[in-house]
Amino acid sequence: MFFSLMESSRSAFASIIAHGLRSFLTTLGIVIGVASVIAVISVTQGMSSFIGDTFASLGSNSLTIQSYTPFEDQMKGIRARLTPEDMELIERRAEGIASITPMIYANRASQIKFGSQTAFSQILGTTYAFQDVRQYYMSVGRFIAQSDNLTRRRVVVIGDKVRENLNLPDNPINEYVDVGGEWFKIIGLMEGKGEIMGQSQDDIVLMPYNTMRSLQGNQARTDIQIQLSLSENAVVENVTQQLTTLLRNAHDLDTDEDDDFQIQTAEQLMETFDTVINMVTIVIGGIVSISLLVGGIGIMNIMLVSVTERTREIGICKAIGAKRHHILMQFLIEALLLSLLGGLIGLAIGYGLGTLISSSIPGFPPASIPLWSVALALGFSGFVGVLFGILPAAKAANLDPIDALRYE
Amino acid sequence: MALIELNGVTKYYEMGDQVVKALDGIDIDILENDYLAFIGSSGSGKSTMLNILGCLDKPSSGQYHLNGKNVESLDANELSEIRNLEIGFIFQSFNLLPRATALGNVMQPLVYRGIGHSKRKEMAMESLQRVGLGDRTDHLPNQLSGGQRQRVAIARALVTHPSILLADEPTGNLDSQTTIEIMQLFDELHAEGHTLIVVTHEDEIAQHCHRVVEMKDGRVFNDSTNNSSAAVTS
Repeated sequence: MFFSLMESSRSAFASIIAHGLRSFLTTLGIVIGVASVIAVISVTQGMSSFIGDTFASLGSNSLTIQSYTPFEDQMKGIRARLTPEDMELIERRAEGIASITPMIYANRASQIKFGSQTAFSQILGTTYAFQDVRQYYMSVGRFIAQSDNLTRRRVVVIGDKVRENLNLPDNPINEYVDVGGEWFKIIGLMEGKGEIMGQSQDDIVLMPYNTMRSLQGNQARTDIQIQLSLSENAVVENVTQQLTTLLRNAHDLDTDEDDDFQIQTAEQLMETFDTVINMVTIVIGGIVSISLLVGGIGIMNIMLVSVTERTREIGICKAIGAKRHHILMQFLIEALLLSLLGGLIGLAIGYGLGTLISSSIPGFPPASIPLWSVALALGFSGFVGVLFGILPAAKAANLDPIDALRYE
Repeated sequence: MALIELNGVTKYYEMGDQVVKALDGIDIDILENDYLAFIGSSGSGKSTMLNILGCLDKPSSGQYHLNGKNVESLDANELSEIRNLEIGFIFQSFNLLPRATALGNVMQPLVYRGIGHSKRKEMAMESLQRVGLGDRTDHLPNQLSGGQRQRVAIARALVTHPSILLADEPTGNLDSQTTIEIMQLFDELHAEGHTLIVVTHEDEIAQHCHRVVEMKDGRVFNDSTNNSSAAVTS
């Protein structure tokens, strides 16, 4: 069996070479189909793995809790809140939490000044635990300490983008900036984290949580966000359940009332992105695979022509002792080789195309071809070859030797 | 025991409502190392005869025993095997594979026998040398003259060491000089012990053979031993 397979491949290859141009044109459908599939997959997968990496840097086992008011209630003037008391409750009662930090977003225009430079940035009040939860690393200086918070020290830690925008020196430690009319000393500069979907993560100013609260004055009912990271063997679902129960009790919610807060994990966000990208891949891949089908029909067509052309040859082969499976194999393998060849060429072109696309769009992640897509492309084109090769090959194998010999 | 035994073999074709009797009750025995010619006008059934002897076609009725084996009971693949093992074909139009070299053409029957590449090459070279083409093995058929092509075809028929060589108008497309050379080759093959069956309408060809069977309307009209040619070759 292996022997006759080798022989068939040999003669199939010779026949493909003998009709070079025709073979190329025949397989062009497969080439284009596979090239587009691979191009699409390589671009979207490049994007997907990039997003995956970015979210991993967010801290994959961290949770964010924030208040949530349905739109209907907002219209009625009702506003759900998470309070510092909620956080204390969680800190005291919840299990499986490694570190927890409150966050308050500045509710005024977040203008920062340094010398004559003015910039707008995200200003956040938080505690020392934030560094751990969000996995920020210091480039120079130090992060906010517990004592900064207790004594409401007027210090800030800035992201690299802010330093750039304000024309601060490379080492901005001990410089003073004006945040909302108050002077703050810079105590630390964080390492750059890059962008997620065009949003810089480094355009951020952090100050002690209590400093932020004191600046916001006598707003008794502040709405905070809580970020926490889980201890190593804690299960996300269990902790989420626990937090929900705690907060529902604290907020006096009846069983028929909805949660007035949201607990989000970084993974949930990532999954949302992944779902969208996978949908795009599947839809475009589906459309493109139609061209593979068309390519397969092209192969079938040419193989049928080839069988007719070589009827006499088939007759000769049968007269000198070729059995059905010899003829069948030869034509089947020829179709298979044709489409596999097309698949390989398409793979190369598709990869080139994907690389070209992702490198010509600035800020786009590099193309990546997962192994499964290579296997899929070759497997599918091989399948197309066999599927559409069977009919012509069977036609050839079933020819009557005398009729075939007499064929002019 | 005869190499070939035909008993009451008929071959009918249906053409519309008409039934054409290409062979109409043939009884003939062909012995080993026979050198036999089927002659007759066109439509006499000699080509059909050759197709049946070569296991390319099956009789409508009657019995055909080749080497003691009843051919009737065999399926298409078994017939292929018989053609490969027992029969060497030589056609009027040579019927070489156009894209294979002389060597490739001669090696082809051995492919179906599952013989390895180097062994095939060795056997094919031997066969090509036998027919005097040892120096043109890498030529394609269209680079060879008619006589050379027919030699390739003969080499291909010989390479499997078949029981019978069947030649269908082997010199029909050749000039008279080449015809003489090919017939000399046939005489030699016969002298080496091969069984040759030639279909022809040329008397000179038939003269070479030891036994001449004349066919007419699908029947054996005359079956005679050719003493003069036997005297020539022996």
